[in-house]
Amino acid sequence: MAEKLIRVLVAKPGLDGHDRGAKVVARALRDAGMEVIYTGLRQTPEQIAAAAVQEDVNVVCLSLLSGAHNHLFPKVVQLLKEKDAGDILVVGGGVIPDADIPYLKENGIAEIFTPGTPTSKAIEFITSHVQ
Amino acid sequence: MFDKEKLASIQSAKEGWDNGTVAKALGKYKERREEFTTSSKIPVERLYTPLNTADLDYEQDLGFPGQYPFTRGVQPTMYRGRFWTMRQYAGFATAEESNKRYKYLLEQGQTGLSVAFDLPTQIGYDSDDEIAHGEIGKVGVAIDSLADMETLFSGIPLDKVSTSMTINAPASVLLAMYIAVGEKQGVSADVLRGTIQNDILKEYSARGTYIYPPAPSMRLITNIFEFCSKNVPKWNTISISGYHIREAGSTAVQEVAFTLADGIAYVKAAIDAGLNVDDFAGRLSFFFNSHNNLLEEVAKFRAARKLWAKIMKERFGATKPRSWMLRFHTQTGGSTLTAQQPDNNIVRVAMQTLAAVLGGTQSLHTNSKDEALALPTEDSVRIALRTQQIVAYESGVCDTIDPLAGSYYVEALTKKIEDEAMAYIEKIDALGGADKAIEQGFIQKEIADSSYNYQKEVESGHEVIVGMNKFYIEEKPVEGLLRVDPAVGEAQVKKLKAMKENRDNVAVKNKLDALKEAAKTDANLMPYILDAVRVYGTEGEICNILREVFGEYRPVEIL
Amino acid sequence: MELLKEARNGNKRAIARLITLAESEAEEASHALQQLYAYTGGAHIVGITGPPGSGKSTLTDKIVKKLRKEDKKVAILAVDPTSPFTGGAILGDRVRMSDLNLDEGVYIRSLGTRGKLGGLSKAVHYATKILDACDYDYIFIETVGVGQSEVDIVKTADTTIVVMVPGLGDDIQAIKAGILEIGDLFIVNKSDRDGANRLSIELQMMLDLNAVKSEWTPPINMTVASKSEGVDEVVEKIKNHFVYLQESGELTVRRRQRLETEIIDLVIQKLTTYMTKKMSKEGSYEEELNRVFNKETDPYTLVNKMLNESLK
Ligand SMILES: Nc1nc2c(ncn2[C@@H]2O[C@H](COP(=O)(O)OP(=O)(O)O)[C@@H](O)[C@H]2O)c(=O)[nH]1
Ligand SMILES: [Mg+2]
Repeated sequence: MAEKLIRVLVAKPGLDGHDRGAKVVARALRDAGMEVIYTGLRQTPEQIAAAAVQEDVNVVCLSLLSGAHNHLFPKVVQLLKEKDAGDILVVGGGVIPDADIPYLKENGIAEIFTPGTPTSKAIEFITSHVQ
Repeated sequence: MFDKEKLASIQSAKEGWDNGTVAKALGKYKERREEFTTSSKIPVERLYTPLNTADLDYEQDLGFPGQYPFTRGVQPTMYRGRFWTMRQYAGFATAEESNKRYKYLLEQGQTGLSVAFDLPTQIGYDSDDEIAHGEIGKVGVAIDSLADMETLFSGIPLDKVSTSMTINAPASVLLAMYIAVGEKQGVSADVLRGTIQNDILKEYSARGTYIYPPAPSMRLITNIFEFCSKNVPKWNTISISGYHIREAGSTAVQEVAFTLADGIAYVKAAIDAGLNVDDFAGRLSFFFNSHNNLLEEVAKFRAARKLWAKIMKERFGATKPRSWMLRFHTQTGGSTLTAQQPDNNIVRVAMQTLAAVLGGTQSLHTNSKDEALALPTEDSVRIALRTQQIVAYESGVCDTIDPLAGSYYVEALTKKIEDEAMAYIEKIDALGGADKAIEQGFIQKEIADSSYNYQKEVESGHEVIVGMNKFYIEEKPVEGLLRVDPAVGEAQVKKLKAMKENRDNVAVKNKLDALKEAAKTDANLMPYILDAVRVYGTEGEICNILREVFGEYRPVEIL
Repeated sequence: MELLKEARNGNKRAIARLITLAESEAEEASHALQQLYAYTGGAHIVGITGPPGSGKSTLTDKIVKKLRKEDKKVAILAVDPTSPFTGGAILGDRVRMSDLNLDEGVYIRSLGTRGKLGGLSKAVHYATKILDACDYDYIFIETVGVGQSEVDIVKTADTTIVVMVPGLGDDIQAIKAGILEIGDLFIVNKSDRDGANRLSIELQMMLDLNAVKSEWTPPINMTVASKSEGVDEVVEKIKNHFVYLQESGELTVRRRQRLETEIIDLVIQKLTTYMTKKMSKEGSYEEELNRVFNKETDPYTLVNKMLNESLK
């Protein structure tokens, strides 16, 4: 029997076009043996949640640099819950001030990776938190 | 610069040094690394000597400042005449608040304005659009209509400042608003000075704030070239930007290559649209990044200047010296800033400032130390500006022109960057030009590869970032970061609603209809946009009309 | 099985779960497939293949939008290659289809080829079955045309579309032998580019040379997928082909054939699993292997002996 692969949706909610971080993460996760579904720029929380459900991913990685994280990240979590997919792990990254992290965690974001976090940390987190 | 005999003697002396003194030292102590390279993976030798510049022809390769090929600078006296324009990119929240910040910066001795717009504005959506929710006023100022633009420049006479606007896909709309504000102030368009970024190709390849597909986007750009050459002659109609290409993870060589390749595509498009190269080329300007590898950066600026001059003269047959000049704005490298120990960023910015100045920039934005965390505070913006002033007034590097010229290393590096960038440009030519290369994902893939390689080197510790992957300390979270009040969004939406109720909606509809019809032909759209803006048609309304006619761009995702 | 009921009721979460199970060849999946089998057969399965970047995803997006106007339920399986080195993959086809994300009547799933080198994974086959049983009217399978996958696609699809683009160097060279046989429909996409007409003519000539083997003459359509140009005609041809398959009786023939291959594949697979398990369990196998290696016996005798013992 083939072993179960970890599937991750890497998404950029909001309007900012800086996808350097998202692309690096996508490649690093691929190189760590995961299947990465990349959705591209300017995805609404609704689109992200719908894609996560259809793709049956284990993890959703959100990357955002515009500062709209407090609005957009929790929205994704909430929509996943509404779709009976609250078990999908949601993590976020980008320019996110420390002060916002507690709020985001309270609202269901499992972990926040701020600038300078090595991708190995994200990989470690994902592997240890999926099942 | 040396005769053959002299070179031969240097050569044999160098061999003696290599095999004797150096070999002995290496026997005792190894060097820090097996191989040294620049950020572009150009090998760096232990020592540079006249041997490395043996092929350099002073008059052909370097020449004199203000003369072809401008390697040493575009102005005859450079900073002995006047310093570069110190221009801090700023803008946040509402037009009122940004207006206050501009006035403050002008009082502090800044000499030009640089407007940052929020993302909905950059992508052509009004603040009341569903998609704008949470983004209004976040990374720049929200401008929906002429009314906001009037507030933004209230009390700032447009004939006295030069204004740079970071706006691309909807550049024509914002330029039209600026012209209309000028009209209200009684300042005619032909004295307006400033720049719009207006560089759509790098949006597709690196920055991501595009709206329409390439063909109609290129048309809007050439429309602006044509309109401005007749009506706003002092306006820099485009700022061909390598900044974002570098931020997206490219190397210095790629930054030069992809930026100039974009430039070539714009010049071609304008010529194809029937414009005379010398009528618009002088208004093209460039925008580069300045990173930490000081001497590579200096060499990069020099190489870019020389390459562009050659391209314009030899390839496009431009005859006016001004058409050959690569004039550029620089911003220090945002991606080099660390969220860890943010004070260290002041030092990085100082080094990058020095690189830009030694490279002969025409204007400069210095990043603030806290930009890896949030929008900069007033205090940190002041330090960033002071950094420029210290280099200008205290370092002495501005007192002579291009002081690093003749350095064996800098000249060798300049040549190397020129050659490698040219090889890329030839490859892109073979793919059909920058627009085609982007459509095929070539440029995006090259950038993504470099960015991933760099990331791996940082993670392996091969690349050291002080305070981040070495010399790390535990820190308390930084306090006092600037936050945009969420109420800003609601207020902006309210203001927009009120404005829409008070304007002449019949006039707006007429002007928008006229624009739509014109968009279907090959008319120059600038006058139609200007008409719509004058009657307070909003940015979103105008862009939506054009979306209907042009469609929307879907990116090529190359990973 | 709850999941099954949910999936048949159109719950995408349940459908997605089932596909994951099938993909990992979990035990639950084969139960599910057993029960779903009765409901299969209603969908028109369309394969789309062609070189990377030829516009397959863009085209699929536009075709599906058109079918949605007719209120058809559509599923898309987008297959991208798995890295043979890491086992990971980046699946990026959704980018072209993000408008369809929120459409209730559309289900999109990205799949990596995983084990099978460059080929259409078994999972795609299972996923098709599941979607078919969940009442999707159309199932599109997008695969990158690199060798084996084009041929694999025929095994699963009723209609196979081959997408080509001008300007891939020596066009006619790119039309690989074998690809002409599998296409029921040929598309010259990016016909806004130079060379599209020539490519279409050359393709026509090659098709004419090809021996006629049925009543269906594969049409060639010119499209500009990014601008939806020519897409309506493609949709019409897709439907025409299905009508042809039904009326000519070929649908029955093809599907029966496909079933047969499927059963044989299953037998082989089960046998392989069974024998490998058995061989690794039985200590004598190691000994036998040594004997073959030392030329005391030969592989053929050994295998015959093993089979005879196992299948008694
Ligand atoms: N010029 C042109 N570009 C197209 C056309 N169809 C698709 N594209 C572009 O080709 C690129 C690759 O398309 P995609 O659908 O991802 O190709 P796939 O790899 O075959 O799925 C994208 O940038 C599309 O926008 C077309 O008809 N004309
Ligand atoms: Mg595709």
